[in-house]
Amino acid sequence: MATKVKKMLFILSKATLDNVYAAFIMANGARMEGIEAEIFFTFFGLEAIQKKKIEHLHVATVGNPAMHLPTMLGGLPGMEAIATKMMKKEMEKLDMPPVGEFLEILSDSGVKLWACKLAVEMFHLSEKDLIEDLDGILTIGDFYNRANEDGTHLLFI
Amino acid sequence: MNNIKRNDQGYLTDFSQWTKEVGEEIAKEQNIEMTDKHWEVISYLQDKHTKEEALSIRGIKKSGIINIKEFYNLFPGGPLKKSTMIAGIPKPKSCI
Repeated sequence: MATKVKKMLFILSKATLDNVYAAFIMANGARMEGIEAEIFFTFFGLEAIQKKKIEHLHVATVGNPAMHLPTMLGGLPGMEAIATKMMKKEMEKLDMPPVGEFLEILSDSGVKLWACKLAVEMFHLSEKDLIEDLDGILTIGDFYNRANEDGTHLLFI
Repeated sequence: MNNIKRNDQGYLTDFSQWTKEVGEEIAKEQNIEMTDKHWEVISYLQDKHTKEEALSIRGIKKSGIINIKEFYNLFPGGPLKKSTMIAGIPKPKSCI
């Protein structure tokens, strides 16, 4: 069946667990439908591809009205950890892989993973801090060039 | 092939009608040439279906039958979608 969407380019700028999973699930879902997919990790999104930080991403309990938790409570020590633990438990029930394993699945599925050059420099990172499966470090211009064909969509998360 | 019941997307609606020949025909429609490895994957999927276990790409990774890269190579352009159609089982409903 022909589809009008041929390629999805995701820009992930946040490291909260819900945003990271949104990007990963949509990228994987694209590949499963025969659509090409790439993710550009920029600003805090870079946390999701830093070896040391991958398994320590959190959900935000402050400034997140969907938590239905008073802001003052959300700011108490340990609240983010508890909320994150609960969310991870629910995700495991649905057989959703942890971030590190998910990145492997994406890479094996042919999703291209790119780090933003400016953000890498800003956070004083180098390639050795980033996951092995990374396809490279790009400028935003390089990334736009990858959108240079019909049926490509860009999505900022 | 004419009396095989299929839905509008092309999936078999009655798994008991599946034979290897039916699978072969559907594979041809998808421009997939079946090899022993393809059939190994198909029987893994059918086994999962019979046991009523949900299929997912993570499950494929853990299957020990095939890795994800090979899976995409064998069934290009939506591997789980195409392989389940050839296997005569419903299209997986999971998002992962």
